Amino acid sequence: MGKYIARRIFLMVPIVLGVATLSFVLMQLAPGDPAAAYLGDKATPEAVAQLRHAWGLDQPFLIQYFQFLGGLVVGDFGPSFIFQTSVLELLKLRMPATLMLMLVSVIFALAISIPISLWVAATKSPTAAIISRFFTATVQGMPAFFVGTLLILVLGVNTGLFPVGGYGRNLGEHLYSLVLPGIAVALTICPVLIRSLTAALNDSLSAEYTNFAMSKGLSRSKTVTNYAFRNAGITGISILGIQVGHLVGGALIVENVFAIPGAGSLLMQSVLARDYNVVQALTVVFGVLVVLVYLLTDIIYSVVDPRVRLGG
Amino acid sequence: MSPESAPPQPNQSQPGQPLLEVDSLTVDIDGEVGKHRILDDVSITLEPGEPMGLVGESGSGKSMTLRTILGMLPPAATVVEGEVRFRGRNILTLGSDRRYDQKVRGTGISMVFQEPAIALNPVMKVGRQITDAIAEHKGLSKRASHDLAIELMDRVGIANPERRVSDYPFQLSGGMRQRVMIAAALAQEPEILLCDEPTTALDVTIQAQVLDLFRTMQQEKGLGLLYVTHDLAVVAQLCTSISVMKSGKIIEHGNLQRIFDEPQEDYTRRLLSATPRIDDGVQLERAT
Repeated sequence: MGKYIARRIFLMVPIVLGVATLSFVLMQLAPGDPAAAYLGDKATPEAVAQLRHAWGLDQPFLIQYFQFLGGLVVGDFGPSFIFQTSVLELLKLRMPATLMLMLVSVIFALAISIPISLWVAATKSPTAAIISRFFTATVQGMPAFFVGTLLILVLGVNTGLFPVGGYGRNLGEHLYSLVLPGIAVALTICPVLIRSLTAALNDSLSAEYTNFAMSKGLSRSKTVTNYAFRNAGITGISILGIQVGHLVGGALIVENVFAIPGAGSLLMQSVLARDYNVVQALTVVFGVLVVLVYLLTDIIYSVVDPRVRLGG
Repeated sequence: MSPESAPPQPNQSQPGQPLLEVDSLTVDIDGEVGKHRILDDVSITLEPGEPMGLVGESGSGKSMTLRTILGMLPPAATVVEGEVRFRGRNILTLGSDRRYDQKVRGTGISMVFQEPAIALNPVMKVGRQITDAIAEHKGLSKRASHDLAIELMDRVGIANPERRVSDYPFQLSGGMRQRVMIAAALAQEPEILLCDEPTTALDVTIQAQVLDLFRTMQQEKGLGLLYVTHDLAVVAQLCTSISVMKSGKIIEHGNLQRIFDEPQEDYTRRLLSATPRIDDGVQLERAT
């Protein structure tokens, strides 16, 4: 197991390098100039040139690229042009809110998907199937920013039950402010989760081992939890892992809707200001995050499935 | 002990009362071309401790009969008519809502399935699968059910049960898996064991061992056995009576010797002649 994990982490190197290179090249290709953006419309060409020199933007492309990679190796993403601080400091400040939002979203996604799938699969009720299908189809057709706005309107403004934005100052306030954005992000991955979990549950409920469990006299509820759900859950874990990419995308957008001071709003500002270092750093960090979650998914998978763990 | 109301009490019935009566059972299934009768007026009477063979070709309704007795029909099936009585008490309700007295499962009637490779949960330790039902009913502790699993595995002839109890099904051979399933089916000491071609998926030497185990268990515990197979040689080794099924009907029933010596039905005769017999005067290579 240790060897396997070491190998997987080693394999992350080319992936991270690829992500870093791609984000670097794309930023350089994008029109616009950080110095010009920083100084505004009225700046003289001389002033812009001077600032470009100070930020090292007049260096040849490859030199800049290798400087960027060199910094990456030691974990230094350089300075932010517009925030006048190191990118690392910015990340420390902004990442926790985003990570928290993703965590809350996963919890909401599971809290919504598991009961619906169980309801549909275990009861075989036609009403449940219709409601579930209607729900997944509707939600799938609604982008996260739209759902977010809707939630703000209904549960935030009209009823005043939840804060309409911001992040609060302590953990309690953080969690309270993340309820609506968490639901908005969760709903982006719910349709896939519900559909695949329901299918997996239907499979395991009609499997011969479930029949045998019933024939031994095991109660229906125990059979559903210990046989059907246990086995379907293994499928669910890998599907949830694959969805983490969507989760990152959803979180970045929804943060802007709810004015959460996280990495999403930072990314938006940095892209508009052409703050190269910040954008590149965020891209690499999220790239690493997604790859790490994939790895974590595989590890959890092998822990819960003895056939993988023991080589069956 | 759970305070649940009386499960079927053994030995409280009148003498002479059959253990299991399947009484003119008729079952329909919804297929692509409308309703299709899969069981047609099936009646079987099993006395306490009687080992009975239920033979017939594939699709004749043998397995469906067993599943109906356990109240485990597929969703598309409907019980049109008939009763299943365990110790004189009807346990199966008519209709498609398939209400069934579930307390009988495991404690009164249990079943060994055809393919242990798919009938055991692949991601659960075999020990837990043997005792989870009895642990639930009797409120056994983890420790107690673990010990009981070892004891039951030992009884069905699994070597090294202390080690095997924590194995997953894929770590066991086919024969071992079938023994695990037998141990699980017998954990709550039922009075009837339904067997759905339990040796078909095993190779011949293992088949013989598992058949031996069935015989021992049947004789030691006085189990009523309803053994579904298409292999008459197996029936000859294990059973004292035979019912022959064809197209969802029981076409012939009788004492083992009588059926083998003077089959009344042409179908039974053909079934018998399809089984190679050592006394046919034909020199046959025996597989064992």
